[in-house]
Amino acid sequence: MKNNQPAPGKALRWFDPRHRQPGTWAFILNRITALGLTLYLALHLIMLGKLAQGPDAYDTFIALAKTPWIKVGELLVISAGLIHGLNGIRIALTSFGIGVTVQRQLFWGFLTLALLGTVIFGYFMFFVH
Amino acid sequence: MTEGHWHVTFCIYRKKGDQPPFYQDFPLEVDPDEYVLDGIERIWAFHDRSLTFRHACHHSTCGACGMLVNGVEKLTCITPIRAVTKNGGTIRVEPLRNFPVLSDLVVDMAEFYLRMEQAHALQVVPVAQSTLPYEPPPFPDDGLPHQRLNDCIECGMCVSACPIALTASSYQGPAALAATQQTYSLTGEKSLLSLVDCADGVWRCHSGFECTAVCPSNVDPAWRIMELRRQVIRHRIQRIFHQDR
Repeated sequence: MKNNQPAPGKALRWFDPRHRQPGTWAFILNRITALGLTLYLALHLIMLGKLAQGPDAYDTFIALAKTPWIKVGELLVISAGLIHGLNGIRIALTSFGIGVTVQRQLFWGFLTLALLGTVIFGYFMFFVH
Repeated sequence: MTEGHWHVTFCIYRKKGDQPPFYQDFPLEVDPDEYVLDGIERIWAFHDRSLTFRHACHHSTCGACGMLVNGVEKLTCITPIRAVTKNGGTIRVEPLRNFPVLSDLVVDMAEFYLRMEQAHALQVVPVAQSTLPYEPPPFPDDGLPHQRLNDCIECGMCVSACPIALTASSYQGPAALAATQQTYSLTGEKSLLSLVDCADGVWRCHSGFECTAVCPSNVDPAWRIMELRRQVIRHRIQRIFHQDR
């Protein structure tokens, strides 16, 4: 009787996209991006702490921030922010009974917008500035 | 082998008492237009009489034969074999998720039925009062009489598919919440809103919309949960302005 029952320890199975609908893919994406953004916030605060260590420490950090790998990381942060924010709008709308019957289309539309935004930001980050 | 027949292996979840579960293979020769339940019944009749499973009406009205077929919730009585596998393929049949397994493919639905009762679930709702936000698909133009079913048949497949029901045993679940919305829309009984306006009620849903995808009866539980949220918020605002206590 004990197996097959709901249990908090099964939360990792939330991240299994097999046989799932776009609604669950959005659910998975929102959690992954939320974890990524939380991690970024912590790193961001640590980096801001460099300000307290004087101009040299800050300049060293800025030089590091301009390396390609860090730029890729920043682009991922922007992408995560766009995906999380836009999907958040979708969830807010559907939670108030708006657009529930087109929630799949909303998901694909907002995801396309997020990817488009990522490409635009990437272009400016890598080719303009 | 008869022309047009397929060789298919049924991989069946087995569990008895406190013994650990395992999967047992049953190779069958089937007509691909037979239903998955037909294959399971044949296994019981000719291969293993100890296999236990639930079934009754064989035409998607009773909701008893809901199972996991190749990882997806299906009413096995209306799921053709050709829709879930190919000639030489495998059909993995498991009990519904998020319910305690009693024996093999049979799960304990006692708590599920209790929650439906607490939600004042209506047994039959006329199509005209089903309150769905869209027109149901038209009947086939074949001159035959048709009856549209859109009442919850209490198969439990929405609970099985729900990612939140996977981790939260106290969650009321999509079936009970959908039943609450349906009853509230017809009766206006405010106590129903209090029943679902809690952490384990409408606010626990994380908008996966899996329940609606697997529902075999056009209930659309996800839409009903969102509609119920709207009603709960409206009721709260009305209370702030003393329009409704």
